[in-house]
Amino acid sequence: MSAEIEMASGEQRSGPALSAERLTKRFGERVAFQDVSFAIGYGEIFGFLGPNGAGKTTTVRTLGTLIAPTSGAATVAGLPLTTENGVRIRQRIAIMPEAPGLYLRLTVAENLECFAGLYALPDPHQRIERALQAVNLAGRANDLCGKLSKGLRQRVSLARALLNDAEVLFLDEPTSGLDPVAAHEVHELIVGLRERGVTIFLTTHRLEEAERLCDRVALLNTTLRAIGRPDELRRQLFPSALVVRTLTPLTEPSHVFDGLPAVKSWRQDASGAYVFTITDAAIAAPALTRALVAADADVLSLAESRHSLEDVYLELIDEDVEAGAQ
Amino acid sequence: MSSSATRVRAIYTKEVREYRRNGSIIAGMAIIGVIFVIVPLIEFIALPASTSTALHNGDALAYMLGIPALLPAFVAAYAVVGERQQGTLEPALTTPIRKEELLLGKALAAFVPSLIVSYAVYVLVLACIKLLAQPAVASALIEGSDVLAQLVFTPLLVGWSVWVSIAVSTRSSDVRVAQQFGILGGFPPIFVTNFIAFGAIHPSLGLALILAAALLIFDAIGWWIVTAAFDRERLITGTR
Repeated sequence: MSAEIEMASGEQRSGPALSAERLTKRFGERVAFQDVSFAIGYGEIFGFLGPNGAGKTTTVRTLGTLIAPTSGAATVAGLPLTTENGVRIRQRIAIMPEAPGLYLRLTVAENLECFAGLYALPDPHQRIERALQAVNLAGRANDLCGKLSKGLRQRVSLARALLNDAEVLFLDEPTSGLDPVAAHEVHELIVGLRERGVTIFLTTHRLEEAERLCDRVALLNTTLRAIGRPDELRRQLFPSALVVRTLTPLTEPSHVFDGLPAVKSWRQDASGAYVFTITDAAIAAPALTRALVAADADVLSLAESRHSLEDVYLELIDEDVEAGAQ
Repeated sequence: MSSSATRVRAIYTKEVREYRRNGSIIAGMAIIGVIFVIVPLIEFIALPASTSTALHNGDALAYMLGIPALLPAFVAAYAVVGERQQGTLEPALTTPIRKEELLLGKALAAFVPSLIVSYAVYVLVLACIKLLAQPAVASALIEGSDVLAQLVFTPLLVGWSVWVSIAVSTRSSDVRVAQQFGILGGFPPIFVTNFIAFGAIHPSLGLALILAAALLIFDAIGWWIVTAAFDRERLITGTR
């Protein structure tokens, strides 16, 4: 997928592209999200994760000026989030909602023409052509949207979000319904947009997608549960560990492992592997290797234990579930 | 063209394209208009020449002003709630369009076809009366002042019905309910025109000017009223 969308804005940009300070939205007694704070820089891909009903979509709608926050403050594309700034903010952003929301009786090009008009773009036909090329739909411009597959409609929706060369792009499940090849192309497009300084606010349930694309992620479950780079969150939640597998169990493992530098503790798991909680892999791994060789152990593997973003997600959400149960 | 005009035009063009793709929308309006006039038309054609004197004293064709008061509801009631149910309202609202612009585009898109169909049905009725009714009856029914009243009041009544229906559409959560209440909104002017047609209210220049002024004022403030009723947050989240 060719990423040929250029940033229209040539103005100097300082401060965060998107920030929230104790942002809260309530619908009567029901809290959609509360005390959400973050700052996102220009050209950053920010993953916004959370279970269903966590308040992700409401946060996006609030930042997109569709609904007003109950309290707190925010800036969007460098502008304070106020009712008066609504039109100016919406000129600088684009939102791709989870449901494409296309006019099914109109063609792909007619849908985009309508939105080019709503943005009052000066060169609509060029923009439409570029957006369609960016999502590999140039050959389908005259197809009725009602006759497109779910995946193709998703691509039209993405093309629509590319029309106005937004500074901040909110993408809600952009690869939902796409086949692996098309999803990969969308990933490339997102990375290409970041390289041109576009800020991407990515809401997704695909944790591997977030891990691969996002500079930082935030986990929302009504309140913000965690924010940071995926590897930072892993380190915060899970201690570093080494896993050693041997052909046969060691006869006296405590003699081999006790007192090794940078090893806080060790245990043998159900599969018979030895799991070491360590403080520094660069010190612990060579010392452990030397100890195993000295003990004449038949080593099958020695590897650092890796936790995925999914592990982080599940750990935090499980904590919430347990807290809720208590 | 200003940004505002471009946005209004984008909404209008989109709506017209949808009408073209779904021809039954406008065809349905035309059929309803014809059904509305068919029985009275048969009666006019059957009238003997001796009734022409009585017809001269009133405006029997005033009942036809019920058509512009009724027809717009069939498209305008869908304007907001229909898009909301289809899931197309939220993407449109994420753009810089103001609610005033969105509503004006929607209103124009309901106004133009309603006006065209109303005039077309009126012309059809006049042609049938001219060709098929007794010449004395035809000349009594088709008088210059009555035709002028029809030409003037048709757009004013279309405007009334458009704004009432769009107002209902912005507050309703179901297309069917919006259409029912939109049609009901056309009834007050229908009562007035029927009272005139059946002689309960005697038409005069003064009355025509008062009614025209009232409708003109309503049409002008209708946009403002509907804009005030348009709550972006409630339409997106279904709350409030």
